[in-house]
Amino acid sequence: MPSFTATVDITHLPGILDPQGATIDRALPALGYTNVSQVKVGKSIRLTVAAESEAAARAQVDEMCHRLLANPVIEAFSITLERA
Amino acid sequence: MRIGVVQFPGTNCELDVMRVVTSLGGEAELLFHTEASARGVDAVIVPGGFAHGDYLRAGAIARFSPIMEAVAEYARSGGPVVGICNGFQVLCEAGLLPGALQKNAGLKFVCQTVELRVETTTTVLTNQATVGQILRVPINHFEGNYVCDDRTLDALRTEERIVVRYVVNPNGSRDDIAGVCNETRNVVGLMPHPERASEPLLGSDDGLVMLRSLFASVVAA
Repeated sequence: MPSFTATVDITHLPGILDPQGATIDRALPALGYTNVSQVKVGKSIRLTVAAESEAAARAQVDEMCHRLLANPVIEAFSITLERA
Repeated sequence: MRIGVVQFPGTNCELDVMRVVTSLGGEAELLFHTEASARGVDAVIVPGGFAHGDYLRAGAIARFSPIMEAVAEYARSGGPVVGICNGFQVLCEAGLLPGALQKNAGLKFVCQTVELRVETTTTVLTNQATVGQILRVPINHFEGNYVCDDRTLDALRTEERIVVRYVVNPNGSRDDIAGVCNETRNVVGLMPHPERASEPLLGSDDGLVMLRSLFASVVAA
């Protein structure tokens, strides 16, 4: 069975405070990067799944995101798949 | 009066809770996270700590414990369930309470005694208090900043499900929310620690009215 490497990017939903991003947003201009804005801090989770097809792998990782990896109340996620 | 106190790996407030339950004349028993039954207790408290190290998100791993299946079933049948601090986070992750707890605004760990205002007395945690009563209870958290979408907030307000609010918001919580309840008002979660305000020596015994309320809800049931 083929293996797929999935990268799950988890970000805050719009309107949800991102205190870490806000802190970095303030720190970078203090270092002279005055042209920086909209800093967001999220999470990246990488995992490998064995599945019949890319579609099957994606469906399974999507389910994992809904059940465990992300909290839909405060987070959005996106999945990138590559054949391992 | 048998109160089940849930213990995950990383829970650290279970003995404090058990001590207060015992001091009020109740019988406290630990419910280990691997157990699949709430053993017929009269109420369940999910205490504070760092269940499973708070990895991924606070409460995210703990909610899949066998004991949480049992607690969810117990809550659905109307049993009183209270989540304190990390326990509140677990109940939100488990979908037993709406919303989520995120990192404090300002990224500060807060550890102080705060004033809470009781907003409703028709819950298992406040039925012995009065609306508007001010309770001095400690908070001790990094992720106590309550968030929910607008629709949820509207529902919480109109259904009077905001149980306690902070008098002075310490963490950025939406609408100063310190604790909420579910639709059937038998599940309550709050960030402050009533068990740490249980005798004058601790600086306040204002938390006792909450635990007495939990006892009263059992007697009334």
